[in-house]
Amino acid sequence: MNVLVCIKRVPETGARITLTPDEQEIDTSYLPFTISPHEECAVEEALRLAGSHGGTTTVLTLGAAAAVEQLQNAMAMGIGSAVLLETDGREWSAEATAGAIADAVRGQPEGFDLLLFGNEAADTGDYQVAVRVAVSLGLPCVTGVKRLELEEGRAVARREAGGGFEVFELPLPAVVSVKEGINLPRYPSLQGRLRAKKAPIQRLTPDPRASGLEKVRLLRAPERGRRAEILGSGADAAPRVAGVLRELGLVAS
Amino acid sequence: MILALVEHADGAVDTTSLEALTLARGLGDPLEAVVVGAPGGLAETLGAFGVTRLHRIVHERLEEYAPEAWAQGVLEVVESRAPGALLAGGTDRGHELLAHVGSRLGAAVAASCVAVEPDGDVFRVTRQRWGGSLLEEAVLAGQTKLLTLAPHVVAAEPVADATFPELLDVTPSLGDEHFRARVTRREEGAAGVVRLDQARVVVGGGRGVGSAEGFAVLEELAELLGGAVAGSRVVTNLGWRPHTDQVGQTGARIAPDLYIACGVSGAIQHMVGCKSAKRILAINKDEHAPIVAHADYAVIGDIHEVLPALVAELRR
Ligand SMILES: Cc1cc2nc3c(=O)[nH]c(=O)nc-3n(C[C@H](O)[C@H](O)[C@H](O)COP(=O)(O)OP(=O)(O)OC[C@H]3O[C@@H](n4cnc5c(N)ncnc54)[C@H](O)[C@@H]3O)c2cc1C
Ligand SMILES: Nc1ncnc2c1ncn2[C@@H]1O[C@H](COP(=O)(O)O)[C@@H](O)[C@H]1O
Repeated sequence: MNVLVCIKRVPETGARITLTPDEQEIDTSYLPFTISPHEECAVEEALRLAGSHGGTTTVLTLGAAAAVEQLQNAMAMGIGSAVLLETDGREWSAEATAGAIADAVRGQPEGFDLLLFGNEAADTGDYQVAVRVAVSLGLPCVTGVKRLELEEGRAVARREAGGGFEVFELPLPAVVSVKEGINLPRYPSLQGRLRAKKAPIQRLTPDPRASGLEKVRLLRAPERGRRAEILGSGADAAPRVAGVLRELGLVAS
Repeated sequence: MILALVEHADGAVDTTSLEALTLARGLGDPLEAVVVGAPGGLAETLGAFGVTRLHRIVHERLEEYAPEAWAQGVLEVVESRAPGALLAGGTDRGHELLAHVGSRLGAAVAASCVAVEPDGDVFRVTRQRWGGSLLEEAVLAGQTKLLTLAPHVVAAEPVADATFPELLDVTPSLGDEHFRARVTRREEGAAGVVRLDQARVVVGGGRGVGSAEGFAVLEELAELLGGAVAGSRVVTNLGWRPHTDQVGQTGARIAPDLYIACGVSGAIQHMVGCKSAKRILAINKDEHAPIVAHADYAVIGDIHEVLPALVAELRR
């Protein structure tokens, strides 16, 4: 059971986002970096599945050299090996990213039984890299998975639909993208961190390709800029809050 | 010609699909739609939203959802009709099917669009990024431009002069290879729970709640108000609440009449999940917490004091 998991380094924005003057990127000067919660869960799922079925785990990212940090974090959680598809850090389209990931997968000698992705990357929200990799490699694929089980050469995957689940079956090897909530990711151990620092990382340099979607600029979404009416402080505020709830018709008066 | 992919549950058209049809009407003439299956009643609704021709993908094996098979059906309609654009709602299936079609055509997909302007051979699109906290203006090119529409941005509106669409049945050529991934059964959700995305009142807790047990008073308040309990990612990550309760970029999008945010800081990834709330009441011990700047009402104080007092007040 060899599992590959694909993650993407993104800035961890605070309460407010600042853009660069050319409006092409988020100003990351003072920001730490992370990966999407969906992808954290994909990493955990890879570890869980390899733990119960045996086999290897590999983490892959396409991005700037600094993305080694995210690969090391995944290895600190327990992932066995890492691949960096190194770029100059400029944003790659979904087509180009998927193309490069598919090429890298073809180039791995052992092959993978399962390729795990996040349902959508935190920054692009393209919802498509997993499917594009699957189509390119000729593998079956399900996205948005909230529960995954493997049994004798196939995967059973549950996706939320209308308050319940639709249950997919697909033969392995397969591509699955997951959503946060599929599991509760573990924390890296100190031992894991030490091991990750020394672990070798396979580096490849992919070639970019053109996309039919070209960014012009980023802009901030309109916010709910409100001036809150302060109803009071501490327990003394309770009567006024109850008054507001009654005014809004949310409790019988 | 513009083509819209329409989702439905037993003939009832998805709201997101109606929103997509509404947007699609502004992109070119005529408007055609493609659906999988041929339930009754559907054509009439689609006609009311301006669809002049309905392509129904019918095949004995298409009863249940199978991404590659459905995508193959849509692709065959795209190939025979060569539309200027193919739109879908930004749902799990909408994103999944357009990703398949885009991949097969070697075309880009602009996901989660909020506005689209035709401009000569290209579309100028504005789309959500970062879960909706940022927007991107982009140029989408291609013979058939593929895009999904972010839910709840465009209000679904019927046309004044509805006509009954011409019906065309298409039977795609499908083989076993299209059914490798397929839905084999459904599991119903638990009945009787107030669904977060449909609740009128949501009482949300953050790190400030302090523990799983700390949620008891939030439960009590929610019950008094006939609402549902929710939480921030910190709270679900700590295992205080299940992930199904999480509001935000990687959780649920809520739109209640009132969201009561207790001990939640108001991180941008949390706010994108509750920005459709009509009103927000923040209870926070820090008057400078970002949530206060997004709220309509605020109480400054310790939730462990404010909430029991509020519950007692409501019970009087
Ligand atoms: C890609 C990405 C996706 C994310 N998706 C989500 C998501 O879907 N949902 C989500 O919620 N987060 C999400 N996050 C995490 C988000 O950035 C924040 O970390 C998180 O929302 C903070 O949760 P919090 O407000 O509970 O905790 P904190 O930020 O720690 O805030 C706690 C607040 O409680 C107040 N407080 C503490 N004690 C008390 C008390 N006794 N009484 C009153 N007030 C008190 C404090 O003043 C503070 O304002 C995401 C992050 C990333 C990077
Ligand atoms: N640069 C990247 N490197 C590695 N994996 C990626 C990259 N971009 C996207 N992915 C994977 O594809 C998923 C979906 O991304 P997207 O289609 O961009 O929303 C992400 O959650 C990742 O698992």
